[in-house]
Amino acid sequence: MYQSILLAVDGSNHSIRAAREAIKVAAFNKESKLTVVYVADHNNAKTEVLHSNSTEELDLARRKRLQPIEEALATNGVDYVVKILHGTPGPAIVEFANDGDFDMLIIGSRGLNALQEMVLGSVSHKVIKRVDCPVLVVK
Amino acid sequence: MTDSINQQWFSNIKGDVLSGIVVALALIPEAIAFSIIAGVDPMVGLYASFIIAVTISFIGGRPAMISAATGAMALVAAPLVREYGVDYLLAATILTGVFQLLFGVFKVAKLMKFIPRAVMIGFVNALAILIFMAQVPHFLGISNMTYVFVAITLVIVYLLPRFFRAIPAPLIAILVLTSIAIYSDFELRTVGDLGTITQSLPAFLIPNVPLTLETLMIILPYALALSVVGLLESLLTATIVDDMTDTGSEKNQEARGQGIANFITGFFGGMAGCAMIGQSVINVKSGGRTRLSTFVAGVFLMFLILVLGSLVVQIPMAVLVGIMIMVSIGTFDWSSFSYMKKAPRGDALVMLTTVAIVVFTHDLSKGVIAGVILSAVLFVAKISKIRVNKTIIAGTTRYAVEGQLFFASVEDFVNAIDTDVRNEKIILDFTAAHIWDDSGVGAVDRVVLKLKNADNHVVIEGLDGPSRRLVEKIAVFDSEHAKLPSH
Repeated sequence: MYQSILLAVDGSNHSIRAAREAIKVAAFNKESKLTVVYVADHNNAKTEVLHSNSTEELDLARRKRLQPIEEALATNGVDYVVKILHGTPGPAIVEFANDGDFDMLIIGSRGLNALQEMVLGSVSHKVIKRVDCPVLVVK
Repeated sequence: MTDSINQQWFSNIKGDVLSGIVVALALIPEAIAFSIIAGVDPMVGLYASFIIAVTISFIGGRPAMISAATGAMALVAAPLVREYGVDYLLAATILTGVFQLLFGVFKVAKLMKFIPRAVMIGFVNALAILIFMAQVPHFLGISNMTYVFVAITLVIVYLLPRFFRAIPAPLIAILVLTSIAIYSDFELRTVGDLGTITQSLPAFLIPNVPLTLETLMIILPYALALSVVGLLESLLTATIVDDMTDTGSEKNQEARGQGIANFITGFFGGMAGCAMIGQSVINVKSGGRTRLSTFVAGVFLMFLILVLGSLVVQIPMAVLVGIMIMVSIGTFDWSSFSYMKKAPRGDALVMLTTVAIVVFTHDLSKGVIAGVILSAVLFVAKISKIRVNKTIIAGTTRYAVEGQLFFASVEDFVNAIDTDVRNEKIILDFTAAHIWDDSGVGAVDRVVLKLKNADNHVVIEGLDGPSRRLVEKIAVFDSEHAKLPSH
């Protein structure tokens, strides 16, 4: 059974849906441990720093983004930890997933079409291609 | 010690060397364009970038941050160069170094936290607008081919990175379009029309200015403005790099480092510089983490100029203009528009005032100072709102005071209390208030004495510790002989 589960989130509705599926997967195994990983995107660093008065304020803003997910996990009794990474979302998640010993990665997908994917780039797509463990994409 | 040197220099050699090279390639067009903004030879910006990057790699407080000649400093320096020439800029650069070193030594960097974010947002937006405005004379009404080259440059720098990232797109735009310009005879202005490139290392020189009080008075205001603007951008950049790398940095050491780097630069024919937001972000994203990346960026930049300098003069101005338009778009804080809707009105006003004053005066430091003053005034106005709730229960009048009682709010407090009554029981309740200064105590004193003189029974309740101590120290209403003087 899935013992060590990695849930990649960005605070969006897609990632909240992914969190709901993660709760179901975690329910299979009472011993399972969930790691929630969030990437503070390097591309947003300038804007985020500029718009916050202090590092504490910025940290709070980021944790608030994860609050609905944490609440869902806590109310369902999931054993979880939160990890905030700094980098480019796709590569950062891949590196973290492959460095750790995870049985499964769960990630939300925005469900972009071909054009949007070319312009915006799909994080889940990149992650699926390069991550070693099984991946559950939630749309 | 050895451990930390290894950590700060050699813990990420491959990533640092590669990112340093990427940054050097991206720095060349910017250093040249910023020189042109300042009105000096491209070499002044290129030497500055080399010397500042290398110096700061050793003594800065934020590893992996890139410092070099910048648009902000070039814009501040431009009027000085226009009026007095490049030697006065070099002298001002040296003085800037002294000021920044002193700021670092006296830990002024800490005062940066008093600069509100609205001012910082205004600062980067104003910077972006000024960089754009500085490009206009280089492409408006010169030739049709100029517009074409600017447009092609923009297409290259925005579309190419989607497919190919190994070499910075601006450099590719320069290589491709310069080749085309050389092998065709389009009517285009080149860098060579605006300055010269010398393929040699910078040499020690003393700026050719008379060492008089008059010189000092000319460069002093510029040096002060350069110091403030340089530290502002450097410390903002340091915080951004801190966040991107999830590590801390020494802000005062960085201020000292910026000072020493500028001091040295001025003696080697370079203009004042500071940390660069855009280049530092490129460096970290390309894998740079330690001091080595900054060092490599500086050295490789100099190497490229020594080898390829003769080609630099052939770069069409239109290509540099295109790259600078990209820089200004990247510098502008596009979330400002949603910020203006969401943020408190006062903050939005401070941001707009900062931008407006910079665009009007062409002086970044004036905008920042005006922004700080305005936000301080608005802050005082905001917290000076004091509320006094009057209730009468069983013949006792209770005034519940809520807010901060200080020089700006005493008038409202005094006006809120009816002192024309006689023979009443009156309670002044300060549970939800705080008294800050002599004016606050004075107001309480005045009100109490006035009421007591009219034979009212006055009780003061709920003063917190510091307020009570202040009242006990200053007020006179408890002394038996205190009488309100008549004016």
